Amino acid sequence: MAEQPSNNEYWSANIRLVTVCLVIWAVVSFGFGILLRPMLSGIAVGGTDLGFWFAQQGSILVFLALIFFYAWRMNSLDRQFGVEED
Amino acid sequence: MDQYTLNLLVVGATFALYIGIAIWARAGTTSEFYAAGRGVHPVTNGMATAADWMSAASFISMAGLIAFTGYDNSTYLMGWTGGYVLLALLLAPYLRKFGKFTVPEFIGDRFYSPTARLVAVVCLIVASVTYVIGQMTGVGVAFSRFLEVDVSTGLYIGAAVVFMYAVLGGMKGVTYTQVAQYVVLIIAYTIPAIFISLQLTGNPIPGLGLFGDHVASGEPLLAKLDGLVTDLGFAAYTEHHTNTFNMVLFTLSLMIGTAGLPHVIIRFFTVPKVADARWSAGWALVFIALLYLTAPAVGAMARLNLIDTVYPNGPQAEALAYDERPDWMKNWEVTGLLKFEDKNGDGLIQWYNDKNASFTEAAAARGWQGSELTVNNDILVLANPEIAQLPGWVIALVAAGGLAAALSTAAGLLLAISGAVSHDLIKGQLNPNISEKGELLSARIAMAVAIAVATYLGLNPPGFAAQTVALAFGLAAASIFPVLMMGIFSKRVNNVGAVAGMLTGLVFTLVYIFLHKGWFFVPGTNSFPDTIEGSLLGISSTAIGTVGAVLNFAVAIGVSRVTQAPPREIQDLVESIRIPKGAGAAAADH
Repeated sequence: MAEQPSNNEYWSANIRLVTVCLVIWAVVSFGFGILLRPMLSGIAVGGTDLGFWFAQQGSILVFLALIFFYAWRMNSLDRQFGVEED
Repeated sequence: MDQYTLNLLVVGATFALYIGIAIWARAGTTSEFYAAGRGVHPVTNGMATAADWMSAASFISMAGLIAFTGYDNSTYLMGWTGGYVLLALLLAPYLRKFGKFTVPEFIGDRFYSPTARLVAVVCLIVASVTYVIGQMTGVGVAFSRFLEVDVSTGLYIGAAVVFMYAVLGGMKGVTYTQVAQYVVLIIAYTIPAIFISLQLTGNPIPGLGLFGDHVASGEPLLAKLDGLVTDLGFAAYTEHHTNTFNMVLFTLSLMIGTAGLPHVIIRFFTVPKVADARWSAGWALVFIALLYLTAPAVGAMARLNLIDTVYPNGPQAEALAYDERPDWMKNWEVTGLLKFEDKNGDGLIQWYNDKNASFTEAAAARGWQGSELTVNNDILVLANPEIAQLPGWVIALVAAGGLAAALSTAAGLLLAISGAVSHDLIKGQLNPNISEKGELLSARIAMAVAIAVATYLGLNPPGFAAQTVALAFGLAAASIFPVLMMGIFSKRVNNVGAVAGMLTGLVFTLVYIFLHKGWFFVPGTNSFPDTIEGSLLGISSTAIGTVGAVLNFAVAIGVSRVTQAPPREIQDLVESIRIPKGAGAAAADH
């Protein structure tokens, strides 16, 4: 919509935020939980290693934090750009 | 009071509660029937979504899947929760802003194509029907184990209860019963887990106990478990044994599939605002995580308990004598889910990994002639309270919890199916001028028919019923998720591209599954063995959804590039769903 140029800025801010969140999402699950597990094997956590913790518990906790962080950031971006619902 | 009466009382009380909610939350309009009038609080919707999402498989099977495999099955934990990140960041808020009732409706409108809508309906029905059969059989099994009726009677009772609240209340009735079902299932899952964690680790929080110390030996719990299982020739619990590439693809398939399953997506149509849809996805994962953080602890602790029961003095000493087995083993032998076969005739229960070639010699030296105990994955959660010697009301609660998990997911799926039939097929294609009242009636009839079909398929499960993970998640990942995402994040993807992409993802995934599992799941008609090593592309048929999704994206974008851009009004539509402002207006003109 040409008459509201700020929306494009709003959208690119959103895309940046989504990208950052999805990078973290992939790093904790596919990264720490699976592919990078051998690298983290030196870090002991309760009878096993950090990679196992990320695969069975850590990634879920990070997912939770990511969704709430995204909701909080987006809802404030909505207000900043004046596109929130009335 | 005996166990049977107790089970009957607790299950009966929960069912009475669901029916009470059904009568209180009747739907009077199509908006109430499809989207609960869009007045559901984000936390309430989060709780309902958790029950909608966590099926009989999450409640009953998942802990067992992890217990008997260990680290390698972490795929389920990450896959079935990680999908919520995709849902929250890429789909839910925008589809809520769009403000319509079904997933195929968005695909049809955004890609200005009745064909796209029809393809989406087909994918939705195949995925949801596969999924619902598993829930119906789960209801039958839970009834027969805990209430001593036969499986078909159990199924009829379950179907009758779903009929009450789903046909009368639609999304409105389903939402509030799912909230009640969530409360029942999470209490039922958590109480036995807390007791077992206390017994083994002294920590009341199972998720912390998992990484704590085993009280009896003083060793860390997981180290103790690794020692025990390797002593019996099993693979070490915490180590990685499977193909890494496939583990990544399978996890990703589960994640994308989760985000693309229509019965989960439509739950986010019920909240009042776009901002609520964002919060609500977080709350849904909070309520899901309460179970998913407990499940791996239940798995590890139950495995340890089971080994301790069979080898009371450790795996190096003699195994338990069959005549001295505890009562819970006797109870579960009746169901056939636990089997003992005295292969060497010594009356002791030797349980070990007889498929491990390097362990054969050690076993033979001890006079063992094959593992004598077979334990079904599904027992662990259901037998947990008995193994931990908890009071009878906890056992009754677990019965009610298993039923709640199966019924809540079944209702959500049936709602997605009946919405697609009445809103996308009848109103969308056959009779666009149908009145509000007529559509509400047709939605109720579609729901009743869907329940009847699901009950019939639950009684006579076809070959594809057991393939939920491959078929439902594969199709949702390969056909539905990519077009939804492109519909929001690209203004350039057009009608031709979307249809071509969806069909490519759908056909590729289906054919790949059929090549490995048999055409239409008829045994013996497969061209390749259903293993990673023997497969066509070196990818397991359950993990192929990821590749289907990539093809869907590639074909849709490629085809759209060489065909005409979407018309102006469609590009404006995309602009409007990208911002929350004006959602009230979008809902009002419906």
